[in-house]
Amino acid sequence: MPVVMDADRMDRTLTRIAHEILERNRGVEDLALVGIRRRGVPLARRLAAIIRSINQHDVPTGALDITLYRDDLMRHPVGTQPVVRSTEIPFSIDDRRILLVDDVLYTGRTIRAALDALIEFGRPKTIQLVVLVDRGHRELPIKADYVGKNLPTSPSQSVQVHLREVDGRDEVEIQG
Amino acid sequence: MRKDLLGIGDLSRDEIYRILDTADAMREIGERPIKKVPTLRGKTVVNLFYEPSTRTRTSFEIAEKRLSADTLNIAVASSSVQKGETLADTAMNIEAMSPDMIVLRHASSGACHLLARICRSRIINAGDGMHEHPTQALLDAYTIRQHKKTIRGLKVAIVGDLLHSRVLRSNVLLLTKLGADVWVCGPPTLVPAGIERLGVRVSTSVEEAIADADVVMMLRIQQERMQGAYFPSLREYFNLFGMTVERVSRAKPDVIIMHPGPMNRGVEIASEVADGPYSVVLEQVANGVAVRMAVLYLLAGGVEDEAAA
Repeated sequence: MPVVMDADRMDRTLTRIAHEILERNRGVEDLALVGIRRRGVPLARRLAAIIRSINQHDVPTGALDITLYRDDLMRHPVGTQPVVRSTEIPFSIDDRRILLVDDVLYTGRTIRAALDALIEFGRPKTIQLVVLVDRGHRELPIKADYVGKNLPTSPSQSVQVHLREVDGRDEVEIQG
Repeated sequence: MRKDLLGIGDLSRDEIYRILDTADAMREIGERPIKKVPTLRGKTVVNLFYEPSTRTRTSFEIAEKRLSADTLNIAVASSSVQKGETLADTAMNIEAMSPDMIVLRHASSGACHLLARICRSRIINAGDGMHEHPTQALLDAYTIRQHKKTIRGLKVAIVGDLLHSRVLRSNVLLLTKLGADVWVCGPPTLVPAGIERLGVRVSTSVEEAIADADVVMMLRIQQERMQGAYFPSLREYFNLFGMTVERVSRAKPDVIIMHPGPMNRGVEIASEVADGPYSVVLEQVANGVAVRMAVLYLLAGGVEDEAAA
């Protein structure tokens, strides 16, 4: 299975995205990072660390679990419910510029659920979307603002993002 | 997950941990400005209560509403049961209106099992007679785990009316499954025969039962279920078994005192203990909502048995 991004490449990609975020937002004022569980959360924390190393500012970082907002939850008559993890947003999102972070952008349904979930915590000034990989095949009108890598895929393939915090190594690979 | 939640007896250790872990995530929803998620939108839950209940019914209703289910409360005092309808007929009539889940509280042990057999709806036992009260035991375990991190190896003393208590049965089944060292204590007339077969130690001395305990769980004296004289007087009961500050001092310094409510102050528990720093009674109530949300969520999914069939 071909590796399309190794650890080095991932570091450089995240550093580039951090710079893009600072450039587009003209600084870090009212910025906050919210990672989508699971792998969006370590990515959001890494972006926060890179931004701190660039300009010594701490960007508040939270974690969002979207399980309870999924549109396919009750559609399957069989099988157990997906595991619900906790949401931790220890700051007010009112009037902040929120950077929503996820590993892979595919159908867009996760992001739709995340927008619904996030809006219930308050009224952010803006929400921008950061993804490590955009693999296409959108089913909803959703577009990322910052993309680590555009990856043309077929729907039968699967894209696996491995992160050292969760999987012990940094790597993106395509299967199938 | 299974179709129904009838008792702790049916649950595996993994299923119990799954419910407790899910409750962890649910708890945070209650701390949000908008305390609601769309998960059970379009699902109908009927709360069918044949016995008086404030805490459990309210807790279930709040849990259902926080998950966006449509809820319906049937309090039997104002229903056709008063006109002589049987439980099975009432259930089939409710079932004909296609609810997704029925939460049942009934004075007869096994009432939920009857409903589970005849209904397609998921059945959740909210207390059946002297048999089980599974969501109470789950919220108790959740509260213990919050304070003690783990349940394995803890000494848990359960003191009070053991005979009439469904809370006792569910808690004993759950705590022994998770590896706690469970002691039960009460007047000999209120100790059910053969309880030691459930893997608990029995004592009629409250001092012995709570010595070095990590958790003390008090049970209510259920006068409404007592048809006879089990002890001479409430005052004598308090003198021999009531939880006083002096008795609590025999337990571990970081002991937590639990009570499923409603409390009879001055009967099984002294006010100074009920309101004391080691009391987690109100935390139990708060956790009840999160645990019931977890149960509702997990039961709303598919059923493993059906998948296999």
